[in-house]
Amino acid sequence: MTFAGIDPLILLASLMVASTPILLAALGELVVERSGVLNLGVEGMMIVGAISGLATAVETGSPWLGLGAAALAGAALALVFGFLTQTLLSNQVATGLALTLFGLGLAALMGQGYIGVKPPPLPWPDLSGIPVLGRLLDQFDAVVLISLALLAAVAVFLKRGRAGLVLRAVGENHDAAHGLGYRVVPIRMAAIAFGGACAGLGGAHLSLVRVPQWTEGMTAGAGWIALAIVVFAGWRPWGVLLGAYLFGGTTVLQLNLQAAGVAIPVEYLSMSPYLITILVLVIMSAGRGRTAIGAPASLGRIFHASR
Amino acid sequence: MIALEKRPEPSSFWRWVAPIVAVALTMAAGGAMFAILGKDPTEAIRTIFWDPLFGPFAAHDRPQLLVKGGPLILIAIGLSLGFRAGVWNIGAEGQYILGAICGAAVALAFYPLDSWVVFPLSALAGGLGGWAWAMIPAILRTKFNTNEILVSLLLVYAAEQLLASASLGFLRNPDGAGFPGSRNLSRYDAAANREILEGSGIHWGVSAAFLAVPAAHALMTRHRVGFHIRVSGESPRAARFAGVDPNRLTIFCLGVSGALAGLAGFFEVAGPAGQISIDFNAGYGFTAIIVAFLGRLNPVGITLAGLLLALTYIGGEAAQATMGLPAAAIQAFQGMLLFFLLGVDVLTKYRIRPARRARA
Repeated sequence: MTFAGIDPLILLASLMVASTPILLAALGELVVERSGVLNLGVEGMMIVGAISGLATAVETGSPWLGLGAAALAGAALALVFGFLTQTLLSNQVATGLALTLFGLGLAALMGQGYIGVKPPPLPWPDLSGIPVLGRLLDQFDAVVLISLALLAAVAVFLKRGRAGLVLRAVGENHDAAHGLGYRVVPIRMAAIAFGGACAGLGGAHLSLVRVPQWTEGMTAGAGWIALAIVVFAGWRPWGVLLGAYLFGGTTVLQLNLQAAGVAIPVEYLSMSPYLITILVLVIMSAGRGRTAIGAPASLGRIFHASR
Repeated sequence: MIALEKRPEPSSFWRWVAPIVAVALTMAAGGAMFAILGKDPTEAIRTIFWDPLFGPFAAHDRPQLLVKGGPLILIAIGLSLGFRAGVWNIGAEGQYILGAICGAAVALAFYPLDSWVVFPLSALAGGLGGWAWAMIPAILRTKFNTNEILVSLLLVYAAEQLLASASLGFLRNPDGAGFPGSRNLSRYDAAANREILEGSGIHWGVSAAFLAVPAAHALMTRHRVGFHIRVSGESPRAARFAGVDPNRLTIFCLGVSGALAGLAGFFEVAGPAGQISIDFNAGYGFTAIIVAFLGRLNPVGITLAGLLLALTYIGGEAAQATMGLPAAAIQAFQGMLLFFLLGVDVLTKYRIRPARRARA
């Protein structure tokens, strides 16, 4: 079944694959922000994840080790942010920016010897034999499934059970949570590390599966779009999925338009994902306060227990 | 174990010592990074920080300090106003690009007219271009409550695409045999951003930066707007009682920082860079964020910090040429500097005390 030569299932699959890095990064940032911390360093963690994953996969020959290394590198970088903001009580906006600037430089430095090197492919079984859905599944890769599983896990974690409730309490009112005896700083550090691991994994999906090679600045603002998607989602997991797919849809559409040779110059098509993200942000935030759109009440505030 | 105790007043001693400690720590950590890269750390640090000032080629490098420091200081002065008021314009890079495009477009529209009006009109267009690009996040913030951090940053990526379109399309040199890039403005006398004193490095953009420093100082200490900026940053609630209109302040801070970044972009493209090309922008808009923080959001501090970061650019280029140090190492080095500054800054607001054993 095709419409005007485009198979809708293939289109859906390419949309899902295109949005996976953003979905992972936004999912991680969602957990961080629900714990009351604003980490603007997503872009830096993603790009360091991208090069760490690629370098490890090339050196060891195992793409799985690459994915693991990317998550670890993202988490390690996030913990630097965590140490500065949680222990040394630095400003979260400034520290997140520093993380992005440092991450971009560090990644470029690490990538020196890897420009143009192809990583080993991530294995994926031939599923095209399965009727109908096979055409969809055949386009997928392991990271797409990991991201969807993580999404479901985060949704369940936040909604049901005690641990998610504690995390949300810390994000809504850290003084009250502290008063109840919850350890605000370790809980936030765990959330920050999880966010970093997700961002790193998202970066590795770019360098190991989507592109797949290393180019400087290859994340091209994906981390910032992930931050915008968390706002769009109203800090809810399934909203993140919708936001990421909306972004993926725009990307796939503009790439298809570029390939089809539409009369619009390429630069203006490449601009569209950023402009649409801004438009979506405006629609979401228009006329309402921060908390009315679902922002955690302690988001970005410094926690210092005097006792 | 040790604990942090909040100081009743931020320490003015640590406020100014923290950047110095941060620079020292960055040199140590940077030296370690260079050693990992297989370069001699002391030689690298000397090449970056000492040789441009006092080495054999210092006579050539010292004016470059002003050429590179000028745009950094001009942009950082604008950003510091917003950062003190809690208005986070982190898209100066985009405003800088738009300033360069608009300024160059006006200059090229006059080409080859030889009149004194071309340069001031182009500079004005550059400032307006940066201002207009900054007005997008300002209006979205004040009318629709949209986060200015994300909007201003996302607009950098849009600006980069516009720059590509300008250098490949609407501003391409018609006599350039199809190569990308505009006509060379530094060779168009009426629009070129010349050195005011031959060989000093002081071009019009550098003098604009040196005018912006005392102007910003006067604004912050003598003018009502400066008071509004300071009170909004320290206590938004108190600012409301003091009659501050937060929307007007947001528009003011974003507008000034956008206009200054736009001016810096025009001066760069009409002088040191010479032409609009896909990658004429050297990331000054992002480095200026580091400059603003390292200078403690204070005009005099920003001047010193701008010169220091300019030194890392010049020394970094020298280290690339003589030691084969990768360009990215300098970028990582600059990011590290901000990390260390933010970390050491804890001592400004808190003092370290041994923690009491018994805890309630």
